[in-house]
Amino acid sequence: MITVVLLGKLADLGGAPSLSLPAPLGWDALIAALPPALADAAGDPRTRVAVNGALLADKAALQAVAGDEVALLPPVSGG
Amino acid sequence: MRDIRLLPQMFIPGTLIGPFSQANLGLGGICTFVGEVRTDEAVEALELSHYEPLTLPGMHALADRAFDRFTLMGLLIVHRVGVLHPGEPIVCVSAAARHRRDAIDAVDFCMDHLKSAAWFWKRELRVNADGAAWHWIEPRHQDANDLARW
Repeated sequence: MITVVLLGKLADLGGAPSLSLPAPLGWDALIAALPPALADAAGDPRTRVAVNGALLADKAALQAVAGDEVALLPPVSGG
Repeated sequence: MRDIRLLPQMFIPGTLIGPFSQANLGLGGICTFVGEVRTDEAVEALELSHYEPLTLPGMHALADRAFDRFTLMGLLIVHRVGVLHPGEPIVCVSAAARHRRDAIDAVDFCMDHLKSAAWFWKRELRVNADGAAWHWIEPRHQDANDLARW
C-alpha cells in the first residue's frame, strides 16, 4: 500500500489526515481515487507533491511504489 | 552557533536570547524578532500544522541560505506548531553578527521566507453568534511581495 498524507485544508476535503491506496500509483490513478473536491485541490497548479520527503518538480511524473509516502501539499498560509 | 527548532509547546523567547548571546562570544550585535498571535476578538485560537519530512529540513535550508548570504556568527530560528492562543509567541528569529546590518537583514530575510515559503498551514478558530468553527488561512499577495524583496 501507499500512504497519501493530506496537508492543510486537503485533510478536511479528504475527511482524514491520510489515505491508503494500492501500489503502484501514478498521478492519474491517484486523482481518480480521490473524492472530487480533493481531486480538484490536488490538481491546483499551486499544490505540490512530495514522495518520501522529496518534492517532485513535476507532480504528473509521480510513480509511487509499495511503502512510499506521498504528501499532497497545498499552498502554505500567509502571515 | 546555530539553533533551529520546531516546538510543540509554549516557549518564552526571553529565555532563549541570553544563552544565544553567550554562545556567540565576540559578537558586535544581535537582532531578535518575536512574532506573536495577534489579539482579535473573533479569533479564539490558531493552529499550525506542519509536515515532518519537509518543515524542519526546510528551516535548516533557510538557515544555510542566511549563512551564505550574510556574515553571521549565529542564527536561532524557533517556530511553534500546534494550537496557540492570542498573545502567545509563534516564532523567534535571532541573528548574531560582528556588524549590525548583517544581523538585522538576516532576521528580515528569514522572517519573509518563514512567512511565505516555509511548510506551515494555519487555521483559525473563529467565534460568532452561531458558535466556533475552524477556517484555513489562505496565502496572501503581500507575502509574495515580501519574498520578492530578496
